[in-house]
Amino acid sequence: MSARLHQRRAVNLAMTGLCALGLVVALVPLVSVLWLVISRGSSALDLDFFTALPTPVGEPGGGVGNAIAGTFYIVGIACLIGVPLGVGAGVYLAERGGGRAGDAIRFTAEVLSGVPSIIVGIVAYGLVVLPMRRFSAIAGGVALAVLMIPTLARSTEELVRLVPGSLREASLALGVPEWRTSLRVILRTALGGIMTAVLLAVARAAGETAPLLFTSLNNQYWNWSPDQPTASLTVQIFNYAVSPYENWHDKAWAAALVLLLLVGALSLAARLLTRQRFGARR
Amino acid sequence: MQPASETIAARRPGRLSRSAEPARRNFGDKAWAGLLVVLGAAVCVVALVIVFALCKVSWGVIERTGLFSFILNSQWDVVRDIYGALPFIYGTLVTSLVALIIALPVSIGLALFLTEMSPPSVRSVVSFPIGLLAGIPSVVFGLWGLFVLVPVLRTKVDPFLAKTLGFLPIFQGPTVGLGYLAAGVILAIMILPTITSISIEVLRTVPLSLREAALALGATRWEAIRMAVLPYARAGILGATILGLGRALGETMAVTMVIGNSPTISGSLFAPGYSLPAVIANEFAEASGDLHTGALAALGLILFGVTLLLNVAARMLVRLSTRGPVRGAA
Repeated sequence: MSARLHQRRAVNLAMTGLCALGLVVALVPLVSVLWLVISRGSSALDLDFFTALPTPVGEPGGGVGNAIAGTFYIVGIACLIGVPLGVGAGVYLAERGGGRAGDAIRFTAEVLSGVPSIIVGIVAYGLVVLPMRRFSAIAGGVALAVLMIPTLARSTEELVRLVPGSLREASLALGVPEWRTSLRVILRTALGGIMTAVLLAVARAAGETAPLLFTSLNNQYWNWSPDQPTASLTVQIFNYAVSPYENWHDKAWAAALVLLLLVGALSLAARLLTRQRFGARR
Repeated sequence: MQPASETIAARRPGRLSRSAEPARRNFGDKAWAGLLVVLGAAVCVVALVIVFALCKVSWGVIERTGLFSFILNSQWDVVRDIYGALPFIYGTLVTSLVALIIALPVSIGLALFLTEMSPPSVRSVVSFPIGLLAGIPSVVFGLWGLFVLVPVLRTKVDPFLAKTLGFLPIFQGPTVGLGYLAAGVILAIMILPTITSISIEVLRTVPLSLREAALALGATRWEAIRMAVLPYARAGILGATILGLGRALGETMAVTMVIGNSPTISGSLFAPGYSLPAVIANEFAEASGDLHTGALAALGLILFGVTLLLNVAARMLVRLSTRGPVRGAA
C-alpha cells in the first residue's frame, strides 16, 4: 500500500518535472535568438545604418534607410486598405452578425487568418502585379492588407461587443438615430481598443517577408511612388542573410535588430494604450 | 426604438416635421446598415478573391498536365519545363511532421505546467515570453537558424544522432546541417507558442469540479490531469495541434533559409530538401515564363487547399470543445 503510494507520488513528481522542463525548452531558443540579434546586431549598428542607402559588396558603411522607409510606406498602404475593411467587418459582426450570415463571415475570418502568407503574395501578384506589369509598393500593400483584414475583423468585433448595452440604449432613448449611435457612441467608446488592435496588426504586417518577395520586390534606392518596386526591411534581411558575403551577414543581423526594435516598439505602444484605457476607466 | 421616435414625430403638429424627419433618419439608418453589410461581406469577398487569383495564375499548368499527374510527378526541371510537385509536398510533410514530434510534447507539457501545476504568479510572468516568441518575425528565425542552429546541428547534433541512432535510415548519410531536420527544428520552435496558447485556452474551459472530484478521491495531481482533465480537453488539444500543423505547413522564410533548397526526395533527415512555400519564395520573382509561374502558383493552390481543410477541421474541433459539453449540460 505504502509502496504503491510512493510510486504514485514519484510519478507525479516526475511528470511535474517533465512539464516544467517544457518551459526551459521553450525559453532556450527565445533567449538565444534575442541575445544573438542584440549582440551581433548592435556591433554593426550606427546612425548611418538608419539613414544611408545600401552599399555594394565590399564597400564599408552604408545602411538600410530606404528599406526602413519602404517598410513604413508599404505598411501605410496596407493600413489605408485593410483598416477600414477589417474594422468595418468587425463592426458588422458585432452589430448585425447575430444570424447565419454573421456566423459564416466569422468562420471565414477565422479560417482566413490561417492562410499562409506566401499564398497571399501569389494572390497580390495575380491581382496587382500581373495587370500593372511591374512589381510595386501597392502590390505589397494589398498583400499585407489581405493579411490584416481577418484578424482586425475578429478583434474589432470582440471590442465592440465589450461596450455596455446601456450606452446604446441611452443614446437611442435620447432620439439619436441608430447610425449616429453606432458611430458617435459605440465606436468612440471602443476606439482605444481598436487602436490597440490596429497597432498589433501593423506590428505583425511589418514583420512579414513572404508576401513581399514578389509583390514589392526590392529596390536599392529611395522610392516614394506607389507603382515602383520598393525595398523593405524584411526582404533586405533575407537577401543579406542568404548572400555569401561576410559583411552582408553582419548587416543582416543589424537589420534584424532594427526590425525587432520596430516590432517591439509597436507592440509596447499597443500594450501601453490598453493599460491607459483601462486605467482611465477605473 | 423606432416606434417611439415615430410616435413623437407624429404627435408634433405640421406636415414638415411629420414626414421629413423620420424619412431622413430612415435614410441614414438604411445607408449605415447597407454600408455595414458591404463591409462584412468584404471578408467573404477576400476569400473568394484568394481562390480566384490562385486559380487564374495556375490555370494554364493544371489544364496542361492535369492536377493529379502534377502532384505525382517527382521531377522539377525548370530548364526543360517539366514541373512536378512531389518533392515539395514530401519536404513539406516531412518537416512539419518532425516539427510536430518535437513541439507537441513540449507545448502540451508547458500548457499543463502553466494551467495545472504552477502558481498564478509564474503564469503571468511566463505568458509574456511565450507571446514574445510568437511575435518574432519568421525571417529573424531564419537568420538565427542559418547562423546558429545549422552549425550546431552540423557539428554536434547530427553526428551524435548518426552515432547513436544511425541504424535507422532516417539518421544516415552525410551531415550537411542544412536539411529536413534543421527546418523541422525551426518549425517546432515557431509553432510552439501557437499550440501552447490554444491548449491553455482549452484547458481553462475544463470545469474545476472535475479536478476537485479527482483530487478528493485521492488522486495525485498528475493522476487528476491524466484521468479528468486530459480526456475532457482531448478534442480541443487535437484542434490546437492541427492549427500548429497548419502553421508549419505554410511557414515560409525560416524554412527557405535552412532546408537546403534541393528539389529531391530523400529518406535521410540530414539531407537537403525543399518545401512548397520555400520553392515559391525562391523562384516566383524570377520565374522564367508563364508555365513556370503557373506551376509555382499551382503549388500554392495545393498548399492553400491543404491548409484550408486543416484550418476548418481545427476550428471546428476547438469550437466544439470550448463550448459543447458545458452548453449541453446547462
